Amino acid sequence: MARQKLVVIGNGMVGQKFLEAIVEAGGDFDITVFGEEPRAAYDRVHLSEYFTGRSADDLLLAPADFYAQHAINLKLGVKATAIDREARTVTGSDGSSVPYDHLVLATGSFPFVPPVPGHDRAHVHVYRTIEDLDAIRASAASARTGVVIGGGLLGLEAAKALRDLGIETNVVEFAPRLMAVQIDEGGGAMLRRKIEALGVYVHTNRNTKEIVDGEAARHRLNFADGTVLECDMLVFSAGIRPQDALAKASGVEVGPRGGIVVDDQCRTSDPSIYAIGECALWSGRIYGLVAPGYEMAKAAAQQIMALPDAALFQGADMSTKLKLMGVDVASIGDAHAQTPGAKSYAWIDEPNGVYKRIVVSSDNKRLLGAVLVGEASDYGTLLQVMLNGVALPAQPESMILPATDGKSSAGIGVDALPDTAQICSCNAVSKRELCKAVREGAHTVAALKDCTKAGTTCGGCVPLVTQVMNSELKKLGVEVKKDLCEHFAHTRQELYHLVRVGKLKTFDEVRNKHGVGLGCDICKPTIGSILASCWNDYVLKDEHAGLQDSNDHVLANIQKDGTYSVVPRIPGGEVTPDGLLAIATVAKKYDLYTKITGGQRIDLFGARLEQLPLIWEELIAAGFESGHAYGKSLRTVKSCVGSTWCRFGVQDSVGMAILIENRYKGLRAPHKLKMAVSGCTRECAEAQSKDVGVIATEKGWNLYVCGNGGMKPRHAELLASDLDDVTLLRYIDRFYMFYIRTADRLQRTSTWRDNLEGGLDYLKQVIIEDSLGIGAELEAEMALVIGTYQDEWRTTVEDPVKRARFRAFLNSDAADDNVVFVRERGQVRPASADEKAPVAAVKEEA
Amino acid sequence: MNLKKYATTYVPVCNIDDLVPGRGACVLVEGRQVAVFRLPRGSVYAIGNHDPFSGANVLSRGIVGDLKGELVVASPIYKQHFSLVSGRCLEKPDVCVPVYPVRTLKGRIEVGSEPVPDGSRVA
Repeated sequence: MARQKLVVIGNGMVGQKFLEAIVEAGGDFDITVFGEEPRAAYDRVHLSEYFTGRSADDLLLAPADFYAQHAINLKLGVKATAIDREARTVTGSDGSSVPYDHLVLATGSFPFVPPVPGHDRAHVHVYRTIEDLDAIRASAASARTGVVIGGGLLGLEAAKALRDLGIETNVVEFAPRLMAVQIDEGGGAMLRRKIEALGVYVHTNRNTKEIVDGEAARHRLNFADGTVLECDMLVFSAGIRPQDALAKASGVEVGPRGGIVVDDQCRTSDPSIYAIGECALWSGRIYGLVAPGYEMAKAAAQQIMALPDAALFQGADMSTKLKLMGVDVASIGDAHAQTPGAKSYAWIDEPNGVYKRIVVSSDNKRLLGAVLVGEASDYGTLLQVMLNGVALPAQPESMILPATDGKSSAGIGVDALPDTAQICSCNAVSKRELCKAVREGAHTVAALKDCTKAGTTCGGCVPLVTQVMNSELKKLGVEVKKDLCEHFAHTRQELYHLVRVGKLKTFDEVRNKHGVGLGCDICKPTIGSILASCWNDYVLKDEHAGLQDSNDHVLANIQKDGTYSVVPRIPGGEVTPDGLLAIATVAKKYDLYTKITGGQRIDLFGARLEQLPLIWEELIAAGFESGHAYGKSLRTVKSCVGSTWCRFGVQDSVGMAILIENRYKGLRAPHKLKMAVSGCTRECAEAQSKDVGVIATEKGWNLYVCGNGGMKPRHAELLASDLDDVTLLRYIDRFYMFYIRTADRLQRTSTWRDNLEGGLDYLKQVIIEDSLGIGAELEAEMALVIGTYQDEWRTTVEDPVKRARFRAFLNSDAADDNVVFVRERGQVRPASADEKAPVAAVKEEA
Repeated sequence: MNLKKYATTYVPVCNIDDLVPGRGACVLVEGRQVAVFRLPRGSVYAIGNHDPFSGANVLSRGIVGDLKGELVVASPIYKQHFSLVSGRCLEKPDVCVPVYPVRTLKGRIEVGSEPVPDGSRVA
């Protein structure tokens, strides 16, 4: 039997989800996709990030080879112009005619522009596609002021985008409050206050009558109440309309006010044609959120594949949680208390800008809805309580009132939730699935994310996922054991805190107060590192020497044969010819194998223990210092050549890299730290694979954090944009010290970030908004480390007692005869066991 | 340690102060490489310096400590632990390094010229 032909019209988020659902379920079809836009499906939810550092490519939803890999014929920039339902073909704007057995309409919606006079003037935009954003950016170049018409969810996103472009931004809303659909009056008022505090002007109760030439600016908006507002550019965000023209023209049933009518299988009036996402009208409703669209995509895919027990679309909960210009906003269920007899409880904290309201049933037993503004950490729990009809506590207000004893609000424990509760709605993961994964061995949030995908899309459910995991672990009798080792019944974070607060300066002090025994190769280096991060003593002081990993103890990197490699610091990778000559001279003199590292420096291998001080001495004389290649500490700051030489560079990346490397050199941390600075967005220094990456922009520096190369590559995330030098350093100071304060032993910043509750948003709050009020403290702690830097090599060679310890044998000047080199490609390398054997044999005979 | 079952000659190798408390160093005893460790309270232990897993002479450079009450050094190459008392590898009990008799006389450390025979090691 020939393969069935599947045609999809529209390659937006929902259309893409449909393709993935087909592919994942092993569907075997000839698939053709019409995409009117010039690029494959991208993340419209995070569209505003296009102005804060993410490129169009970064926003793509699927890897570039997704379509080729699954033999999907993706026709980009081709609009479907007609459907012939008799012949079962779709005609494209490229003249093609594609036959189908199943047709899926995922045409989405278009922005509604009210037909006011002047709506078609130049510099008037909508906000939906990347092309729209390019046009907005082009307008912004010649604009000082901007207006967004529409104070709903998308309007506020558009306002954020304008503000990110440096435009003085106004929001004009027809209704008496912002986000009138999702939140109530009190919440709207709080949201308005918070947004105005960010410098955005809000005008409610304004009905735009016409747009005409302005006096001082390009446009003038005349409102029905006689007031006016002038601006240079304008964005309409006054709602969406389903893109149903094609369906209508081909005789498929559409609703009286638009939308392609579908049933629970997402089938239209023509059984071979399906409609999903914002173009579909189910039970008289259009769903303008992505999650219900995903549900429809799944239902349609399973239906077309004729899976037994195919999922149905039976409506979706419209509860949402989002962050608008850094303000948490959440709406759950009956947010407006429209249910007969509904009662509500509210909590308003004006100083901190928090508004919370819950709506409960007339008998006080069930939660009907909620509104949260300014602080939405209760969202996950409240949503589950509502969806599952969990019985409320005697005093329902306890769920939103802050507890006075310093703990988080009382709320309702996860144990009250039924197994069917959907904890992660983005990826449809239930409590039952999470518990099963925990029982099967996923005992960390990272492992749970890996195997269930829960919390991997918006991340809003991670606190709840963590609670479910901890509760299940407790039931399994798995003690969530976080002891560092048998000598310390504390986590690394706790020990760090104890050292700081107790001002403990040595391992013995820490052990006497908080531990038992002699210690081991786990706790000694960990505490040695904590002491160094806090007080930055010379690591080979007698009281610290025993704590150091053997590499730190000799300030070099041990190799398989017991010899060492030596890496001098070359800040930013900049080195003079004389510097190279000095390194070459040392390498030649001691016959060291020489190799360029990935971090733009030079590694010298094959140094014997007793040669180390001699080698350092010569390197120091040539102006070099320790590169700390042996430490859990700052390694390198890689850089591209930047604006000094490069015709594309926009900032002096080498200068910044040197500044940064000299600032943080010697800083010891839970694990090694790698950094890079790129001089333009071409990113030649690969800063996005580093713990901290800095990328130059026209206006300053973009700061990326928590990237990693190596075994588990992870792209760094944008923490802040267009920073000046001072702010950049301040944020890095805070970031590193916050990491040092809270990470586990040997946890790189990338895994630390993956396990950080609250994720990137939380990190931004702590670092940028200083939500914990510890910014100054973190900076002071870093200042101490920077101010007490010393070159460990120099300190060691200048101390005769320390220096005397660098000997192969305390009682002989002989060298270790087990170290044997052979030559390969003109340099030394350790001899293999076979190559050594004759030597050993000769010795024994002698 | 029962040292009476066999005769041994002690060789002076270094002063106790040549060693940092909590660390080791290597000495040569009649051509053999011996790792000598000074524990924080002053007691001294000696085992072979050769790491049987990596083949490198490095055990003297490991971190010393105790695991479940047993005094150990961790190899700096692949991190296996060796008992300072029996020479036994904790991770692979069939692997052993030699243990040397050692004593401190008036601040001088002396190491036996022959390892302790297998049978006479204190378990």
